[in-house]
Amino acid sequence: MQLRWCLPLILLGGIVFAQESPLAIVGGRVIPIAGPEIPDGVLVVQNGKILAIGPAASTAIPGGARRIDARGKVLMPGLVDSHSHIGGIDGGDSSVPLQPDVRVLDSINVRDARIQKAQAGGITVANVMPGSGHLLSGQTLYLKLRDGHSIDDLLIRDTSGNIAGGIKMANGTNSRRNPPFPGTRAKSAALVREQYIKAQEYREKIRKAGADASKMPARDLRMEALVEAMEGQRVVHFHTHRHDDILTVLRLSREFGFRVVLHHVSDGWKVAGEIAASKAPCSIIVLDSPGGKEEAKDVSFITGGALEKAGALVGFHTDDGIVDSRFFLREAALAVRAGMSREKALYGVTMANARILDLHKRIGSLEPGKDADFILLSGDPLSVYSHVLETWVDGTKVFDRSDPKDKLYAVGGYGASHDQGEAIFFVEEVE
Amino acid sequence: MRSALCLLAAASLAAPAASAQIAVRGETVYTMSGGPLRDGVVLIRDGRIERVGPAASTSIPAGYRTLQAKVVTPGLIDAHTVVGLSGYLNQPSDQDQRESSTAMQPELRAMDAFNANERLIEWARGFGVTTIHTGHAPGSLISGQTMIVKTSTNNAEDSVLAQEAMVAASLGGLARAEQGKSPGTRAKAAAMLREELVKAQEYDRKHEAKDLHLEALARVIRGEVPLLVSVHRANDILTAIRLGQEFKLKLVLDGVAEAPLVLDEIKASGYPVILHPTMYRAYADTENISMETAALLKKAGVPFALQSGLESYVPKTRVVLFEAAIAAANGLGIENGLASVTIDAARLLKIDNRVGSIEAGKDADLALYDGDPFEYTTHCTGVIIDGRVESEAAR
Repeated sequence: MQLRWCLPLILLGGIVFAQESPLAIVGGRVIPIAGPEIPDGVLVVQNGKILAIGPAASTAIPGGARRIDARGKVLMPGLVDSHSHIGGIDGGDSSVPLQPDVRVLDSINVRDARIQKAQAGGITVANVMPGSGHLLSGQTLYLKLRDGHSIDDLLIRDTSGNIAGGIKMANGTNSRRNPPFPGTRAKSAALVREQYIKAQEYREKIRKAGADASKMPARDLRMEALVEAMEGQRVVHFHTHRHDDILTVLRLSREFGFRVVLHHVSDGWKVAGEIAASKAPCSIIVLDSPGGKEEAKDVSFITGGALEKAGALVGFHTDDGIVDSRFFLREAALAVRAGMSREKALYGVTMANARILDLHKRIGSLEPGKDADFILLSGDPLSVYSHVLETWVDGTKVFDRSDPKDKLYAVGGYGASHDQGEAIFFVEEVE
Repeated sequence: MRSALCLLAAASLAAPAASAQIAVRGETVYTMSGGPLRDGVVLIRDGRIERVGPAASTSIPAGYRTLQAKVVTPGLIDAHTVVGLSGYLNQPSDQDQRESSTAMQPELRAMDAFNANERLIEWARGFGVTTIHTGHAPGSLISGQTMIVKTSTNNAEDSVLAQEAMVAASLGGLARAEQGKSPGTRAKAAAMLREELVKAQEYDRKHEAKDLHLEALARVIRGEVPLLVSVHRANDILTAIRLGQEFKLKLVLDGVAEAPLVLDEIKASGYPVILHPTMYRAYADTENISMETAALLKKAGVPFALQSGLESYVPKTRVVLFEAAIAAANGLGIENGLASVTIDAARLLKIDNRVGSIEAGKDADLALYDGDPFEYTTHCTGVIIDGRVESEAAR
C-alpha cells in the first residue's frame, strides 16, 4: 500500500482510442430510434462505429468480440442536446448587440465539471452556445462529449475539415439593454436587418469580384459569418419566446434566407400551425413552472405535444444551467405527461436534435455505419427511477456509474463541481 | 347593479368550503399513519376526514360523491417556499420576498405580502400541494417572518395554519449584503446576528417601549418561534448550530447543501432540517450539493422535510412533488419520499395535528394520482382541500 502523488487519471483516460476488436452489447432492451424497440437486442461496435444492430436471434456476433451483458438494462443512442452552455463558456461582450465574429471555440474549458455531468446524464453531443443578452452573441460549437485534453478533442469536423457549429441569435426581451443595444422589439429587428443587408452587399461584392483578387472586399469576420448563415452553412439558433417574437424570427429568416431553429419557443403552442408551415424545427425546454421572466410566462409542459400535433420537428434542450444536463431525459418525460407521444419524445432527445444540428447521418440513432454513441440505462428512459449506467462516445466509455469517481458527477457531492484535473489527488495504488 | 354583481362575485370567491360529503376510493391509499392501504376508502364530511379504511369494511353512505384514483396521498406539504410573496412574472412589482434596505428585518410579516391568488400557488396545487410554509426569502441576515397556509382558492383567513411560523435568517454566502453594505463577510454576519439576539434578550428582560423589530426576535429568544437559518456550506452550518446553542434557540436548519460533511454535528444538535430541493443548482455555496442527501439524513435519523426553495429566475418555482421524486429515486424510496412532503413535514412545522396524514379528524386534504405519484408521466387527477374539490384537471 504505497501512497503516491499521481496526476489525475481522468486526464490520461481521455486519450484512449477506439477498440480494435469488436464490442457486443447483448441482452438488453434496445431503443434504436430508427425502428421499433427490440426486446432482446444486440449492438456491435468497432473502431468507433456501429457494425450491426438487431434482435439477438438474428444478429451475428463476430468471433473474438468482447461482450457486455445488458440483460435487464435499456440501450439507446447517446442523447443530443441542441442548446447548452456547459464548458464555462462566454460569448460576445457588452460592446455591440451583434457579434458574429465571436466564437465559443475560443472560450471553452474542456475540464469544466459540467461536461462530466452532461456525460452522466447520457448526453454525447451538445450544441454549446455563447450566452444570452445579444441579438447575435456569436458562433456555436457542436461538441462530442469525449474526455478531452483540449477543445480539439471534442470538435466535430466534416470531411473537408470544417468545424461543426451554428450561430446564436435572440429576440424579445433577451437583448434589450441601453444603447447601442436595442430598447424595443422593432428596434431589435431593424438592427438585425441592417447587419444582414450589409452582409448581402458584402456577398455581392465577392460574387462580382469573381476570380479578380483586386476587386475582393477587405476580409470582414463579421460579414463572413453572416454570409455563412445566409448560404445555409451555419444554422441560426434563435432564442425566441413570445408568439409574436417567434413570427418575427420566421419573417427575418424568409427575408434573408438563413436556416433557422426556433429555441425555447415558450409560446410555440399558440402559433404551432405557423411554425409547422414554416418547416422551422423547434428546440424546446420543459420547465418546472411558468414565469421567471415575462416572455416565459406561458411556458408549458404541453408545447412538445402541441408542436408534434401540428407537424413540426421537435427537439429538446437543457439550456444547462437552466436545466441540469442530468435531467435531460426528464424533460422528454414531462412532455409525454402533457400529451406528446413517447416515440416523438425519445426522438426529440436524439434524432430530432441530430437533424437540427445537421448531424443526422452520423448520430441520433443506432444504425450500422453511424458513430458508436450510446447509453445504457437501468430501466425505461422516461422513468424517474432509471439511472444512466454507462455513456459511450465513438465506442469509448466516458461515464460508468459503477465507478465512484463517475458516480460523484451523477449524483453530486463534495468535489462534483470542481474542474476535472484541477487538483492533484492521492491514490492508494498506481498500476 | 354593478356593485351587486361584484358582491356576488366576491361572495362566491370567498365562499367557505362546501360541506360536501365525499368518498375517495383509491387502489392504494398512502395514509402515512401506517403502511399503504390497498383498495382503501376515505370518507370526508364537513371538511374533515371522517373515516379511512379498506373498501371491504368501509361502506360509502348514501349521498356521498365518490371519486376514484389509482393512488391517494395526503395533500402534500411544501416545507419551505416563497410563492405568494414571490410572483411568477419576476418583475419588481411582484417580488415581495426580500426587502434589502437593511440586513435584519424580523418585524416584516408574511401575511402583509401574501397573494393567495398568485399563479404559482395554483401551479403547485395542481400537482397535489395543499399546504405551504412560505414567506420571506433566504438572502438577507434576517429577511422577515414566514407563515403556513393552505393553497386553497378559498381566500379566507382560516386557511392560515400559522401566521408567524418562523423568523427567516441566512448565514454564509447567502447573508452577504449587496453593494458594500454589512454584512460583507461570514464572520461579520454571525457577529451582527449575535449582537441583535443579545439586544432581544435585553429587551425581553427589561420590557421597554414596544419595538416591533425586537419583539419579533424576543419571541425567537423565548423559543416561541423557531429561527429558520438558511445555510449551505459546512462551516456555516456549524456557525448556525453554534449560535443556536449559545442563545438556546429553537433552530431549524434550512438548505444545508453540505450536510453530508457535518452529518454527525447536525444529528448531535437535534435541530431538524428543511433540505434543499433535490434538483437545486450546484454553484457557489451549493456547489457540493447531492441528490442522495435526503436518503443520508433518513438513514442517520435526522428529522427532515423537503422544500421547493427559492428560485430567482427560470423556473420561478420548483414543485416539491418533483423534488421528492428525485430524492425517492436516489435512495430515499417511495414511502420515505412521500413522508418528506407529508407527515414528516407536518411534524417539523408542528401542524401534524391538522395535516400530513389521512386519519379521522384531520383536515380533509388529499391528492389523487393516476399512478405512482413520483413517476414523471403520472398525473395528479384531483386535489381536495378542507373537504372541497379544488381541481379535477389532470396535471
